[in-house]
Amino acid sequence: MKILVPLKRVADPDNANKVKVNAGKLETTGLEWKPNPFDEYAVETALRLTENGTNPKARQGEVVVVTFGPKEAETTLRGALATGADRAIRIDVTDDQLDGDLVARALSALVEKEKPDLVLCGKQAVDGDSNQVGQLLAEYLGWPQATFAGSIKSEDDKSLVVGREVDGGTINLRVTLPAVVSVDLRIVAPKSVKSKHTPDTHNYPDGVRFAALMAIMAAKKKPLVEMKLADLTSDAALKIKYTGFELPPARKAGIKVKSVPELVEKLKSEAKVL
Amino acid sequence: MASKILVVAEMHADAVRKSTHSAITFARQAGLPFAILVLGKGAKAAAAEVTGFGAQKVIVVDDAYLEHQVAERFAPSIAAVAKSGGFDVVVVTASSFGKDVGPRVAAKLEAGYAPDINGVKADGGKLVYRRPVFAGNAYASCELTSPVQVVSVRQSEFTAAEPSGGSSPVEDAALAAKDPAADRVEFVSLEAAKSERPDLGEARVIVSGGRALKEKFAEVLDPLAGLLGAAVGASRAACDAGYAPAELQVGQTGRVVAPQLYFAIGISGAIQHLAGMKGSKTIVAINKDPDAPIFQVADYGLVADLFNAVPELVTELKKATA
Repeated sequence: MKILVPLKRVADPDNANKVKVNAGKLETTGLEWKPNPFDEYAVETALRLTENGTNPKARQGEVVVVTFGPKEAETTLRGALATGADRAIRIDVTDDQLDGDLVARALSALVEKEKPDLVLCGKQAVDGDSNQVGQLLAEYLGWPQATFAGSIKSEDDKSLVVGREVDGGTINLRVTLPAVVSVDLRIVAPKSVKSKHTPDTHNYPDGVRFAALMAIMAAKKKPLVEMKLADLTSDAALKIKYTGFELPPARKAGIKVKSVPELVEKLKSEAKVL
Repeated sequence: MASKILVVAEMHADAVRKSTHSAITFARQAGLPFAILVLGKGAKAAAAEVTGFGAQKVIVVDDAYLEHQVAERFAPSIAAVAKSGGFDVVVVTASSFGKDVGPRVAAKLEAGYAPDINGVKADGGKLVYRRPVFAGNAYASCELTSPVQVVSVRQSEFTAAEPSGGSSPVEDAALAAKDPAADRVEFVSLEAAKSERPDLGEARVIVSGGRALKEKFAEVLDPLAGLLGAAVGASRAACDAGYAPAELQVGQTGRVVAPQLYFAIGISGAIQHLAGMKGSKTIVAINKDPDAPIFQVADYGLVADLFNAVPELVTELKKATA
């Protein structure tokens, strides 16, 4: 199986409360770039689908990673190569030249060139929190989608059974490849991904794999090509225009209560919520 | 210039889901005429529920093909109704259904998509949207530049609309031509969460628990939730550890809630969790770590061992509300 995984780097999500707004502009100065966590899960999922978990060094298929960003964004690609992806593509562009729609349209052109069996993406990037590229891409390609995947079972190379995490529980879909699947948090649990290469008894460690130093060195030699946005689409118009940013209203400072009876009293007579 | 809104209703168990009322609120706030599209199996009967909200009309696509929520089945009919009716704004509530189908509809209509907005302002016929970014740590203002727009609205920020009287005419629309992509998706099953409790998106009170509860998650929280008629939520850590099912997760990437009263029990308050509940009216935190970040957003914090404090809270609440 050949899998394409789009990646995005985001300002450190664990310090998202440190973003600043200055004269209507958003500033993330001082925040380190990190791979979008959901995209890391997508890479991990792609690796699990293309290997025997008991011998993860031999790839049974191909995993191609792609990002849209400046030269520095290659760090994100190299990180994915170090964990096992085969090759990488960087579309040379900056975030302010993009919106989700343009990314999806450019990706659809890339898919036409690369012809993967599956596009695996994170369900959302945790900077813009839009949750849209996978669905847009699927529609532009005329492919089926399975969003918010908490589990994936690959029975053969023709279809996947995907457990989608939805508001009321789990919806199980069988999608015929090629398809787009966007992954949710639980996809990296020890038994969430079942590939035909890995014995059912195998348990993955919880979470994503880390690259060994040797693999990080070796990843520097893996193929990474640069493309221009114009190689993929002649229409670089954006459909969404961000006009300003503000900080959300602050919550008023609360108090600490000393006991349960005091808490109940406050809820009853002060907050009046009982 | 936006002129006419199509509100897409979501159905569940032969009825219109209450989350739809948030999309109706959006239409009212935008101040434009709107119609409501009810589509699904049994939509005709369900449509009666939304005829009293001031819509110009209620459009129904009732077909067994739309029994299960499969985006590839719904998107063609939503797009077709939007096109034939000349609607230039299509709105869904940002539920898992809305998030799944909204972008597909946008791509079909060559429309821009404003996801998960928490505010709208009409600026001389132009709609300006506000949406939380960076886990709700900043609000962005944005506009869509395309002739047709698709929007998903955050249920917790658009208070459910109440009926305004009147009776919108109901008209039928045909199921649109099937999407070839739909032939490549097969609905296998729905594992519905079995719960007697209210839905997280609609509850007045939510009792949420964290990893600290361990295997006693339900044992400790159920009596409190039962007493208050509350929905039960959970932190990501509690879901990941298997103490609570995934659909209970409250946070940036789970459910976003804003009840009247939110109990965070044994929840440290990671940024991702705060993003999902900061809009709650009154927040109570119970945690044994006095430095837990949750106390920074809590109106009332109690530093205590939850295994003692929660049962005591149940006893005291019974006394106070007796």
